[in-house]
Amino acid sequence: MSSSSKPTNLRAQSGPYFGEFGGRFVPESLIAALDQLTETYEHAKTDPSFISELAELHRTYTGRPSLITEVKRFAEAAGNNVRIFLKREDLNHTGSHKINNVIGQALITKRMGKTRVIAETGAGQHGVATATAAALFGFDCVVYMGEVDTKRQALNVARMKLLGAEVIPVTSGSATLKDAINEALRDWVANVDTTHYLLGTVAGPHPFPTMVRDFHSVIGIEARAQMLEEFGFLPDVVTACIGGGSNAIGLFHAFLDDQDVRIVGFEAAGDGMDTPRNAATLNFGKPGVLHGAKSYVLQDEDGQTIESHSISAGLDYPGVGPEHAWLKDIGRAEYRGISDAEAMDALRLLSRTEGIIPAIETAHALAGALKLAKELPSGSTILINLSGRGDKDMETAARYFDLLDGGANA
Amino acid sequence: MPSKTAAALEANAEAGHGSLIGYFPAGYPTVEASIEACVAMCENGLDVLEVGVPYSDPVMDGPVIQAATVEALANGFKLRQTFDVVRAITERVSTPVLVMSYWNPIVQYGVERFASHLAAAGGAGIITPDLIPDEGAEWIAAAEKHDLDRVFLAAPTSTQERVNNAAEKSRGFVYAVSTMGITGAREELDELARKVVGSVRQAPTRQNTAVGIGISTGDQVAEVNGYADGAIVGSAFVKAYQSGGIDALSAKVAELASSLDTRNN
Ligand SMILES: Cc1ncc(COP(=O)(O)O)c(C=O)c1O
Repeated sequence: MSSSSKPTNLRAQSGPYFGEFGGRFVPESLIAALDQLTETYEHAKTDPSFISELAELHRTYTGRPSLITEVKRFAEAAGNNVRIFLKREDLNHTGSHKINNVIGQALITKRMGKTRVIAETGAGQHGVATATAAALFGFDCVVYMGEVDTKRQALNVARMKLLGAEVIPVTSGSATLKDAINEALRDWVANVDTTHYLLGTVAGPHPFPTMVRDFHSVIGIEARAQMLEEFGFLPDVVTACIGGGSNAIGLFHAFLDDQDVRIVGFEAAGDGMDTPRNAATLNFGKPGVLHGAKSYVLQDEDGQTIESHSISAGLDYPGVGPEHAWLKDIGRAEYRGISDAEAMDALRLLSRTEGIIPAIETAHALAGALKLAKELPSGSTILINLSGRGDKDMETAARYFDLLDGGANA
Repeated sequence: MPSKTAAALEANAEAGHGSLIGYFPAGYPTVEASIEACVAMCENGLDVLEVGVPYSDPVMDGPVIQAATVEALANGFKLRQTFDVVRAITERVSTPVLVMSYWNPIVQYGVERFASHLAAAGGAGIITPDLIPDEGAEWIAAAEKHDLDRVFLAAPTSTQERVNNAAEKSRGFVYAVSTMGITGAREELDELARKVVGSVRQAPTRQNTAVGIGISTGDQVAEVNGYADGAIVGSAFVKAYQSGGIDALSAKVAELASSLDTRNN
């Protein structure tokens, strides 16, 4: 689609479909729960008491609004006179954007009169955020986590347990995030009367992609206003990393109808875009159905899901939210891949130049911005969603850079 | 043509006994072995066969069937072999053979192409556990064109309106989900099953309905057939096969079938 005929009013899309993507490809047993959720959410989102309760929790608990930080030394390293701005979701309580969605859905859970929440988690960030909200709201909480991930994110497992959640390692299938989602869906089918499935990204059946996006859209709404207020312009490019796509759509959504703002998402390319070991679903996947929605899926010709690969557990997912699939197909957003090595270099660079240690997920967006800086006209401005902090990744980073046991300096 | 599946269920109902519907995964443990297992099931009193298509992300399945289908995939099962399995079975027995498949494999194969190849292989239709009729327009059209059964599900939480729609859009029967869980043998069949069957009976479109999920004993099969048009058994058959191969599977099918009626005596 040429830029002159780009559709306008992209922000108005609210599911169940985004173009041909989205929908509800789930067992009939879940439809009543999805209908109840849709109805509760539709009512809540325009209810002044819900809106003010959510805003109050964000102000007093999450720590919103989050800052915008201009990173001059990092930008200097990027070169070409670019200016780079970070939307600091890492400063939120629990250390990432995930809390925005979790607090919203916890309020919805309360409205539905449910007392138990379940969640899937990859990196553990969404599990920690869910366990946190469960503690705050007094819900029972069970988190499904692929056995492989419980090992690479052991510290987050401990955090969830300390917060009172039960963590169930998932051994079925490939024992990673996708299988944790399958297990959570099975739990939900069996316990739907008491239980809300607090899905952690903009994937899954309607209304999740729309509802989770709406809860994260505060990122972009704040950032857009902050850019105008503090700097007097909108950025030339907005970027974010893409796992399921929640932090990205949270930032992008406010800018969808700003025709002059370019939108670029960065997927995990794992060993590299020229290798099959990646998690770059929008680059290498095909349209299909996974976890209840039609979107791009990493799959073989028989429709069997292919295991994804990334150093970052939070991006290691063979699916992606349907709204991103649609934004790609209509040409409003671009999606590119960043390898493990590129991401880790960017992680170290931001740490060294700015004193901010980002999550490895987030480092993919930082690496992407470094590449973009070289292609853009001199003096361009880039806004990056700094989706999370790197504390949870210290073990991986320490091993990657050989920092432990008297190891060399990175 | 009228549905062969519906005809089998209705003939049994008229004769005063119910029906036994059995599931077995294609390609488990190998393509050849699954054909032999399915034929043996049909020869031992099964009224309708469900051939499962192994899929990487089977959210409706319990641990027994999950493990079996993972093994089938690990042993190299390919989607197109579904048709080889169906053809080999229908060449040897006259039992109606339905395919049970999650939706993505069918989407990737091409809905119309899958329907056409299934019909050519002698298959009777498809059970779609993660496709609700609301999303099923393309499949319903392809099924019409190729004269295939389409089995949609009704759950204990389904509204009467949704059950009415499932009854209208299904052909063959409506799959009544008996518990709010996943497949896997349960000790006691939920009373919820009666409620779902009752809703299907109330639908304006007259439709057969069979109860599945959690059935493993002859008593359960008999009990379910007291109010429904058939009992669907999956995990218990796969377990029987695991415990003693074709012989144990055949014995289990015969045992459950004999609980129904006096046909075999
Ligand atoms: C810090 C951080 N960023 C990004 C992601 C990726 O998820 P999404 O694409 O939904 O934002 C995760 C997931 O765990 C995360 O922890």
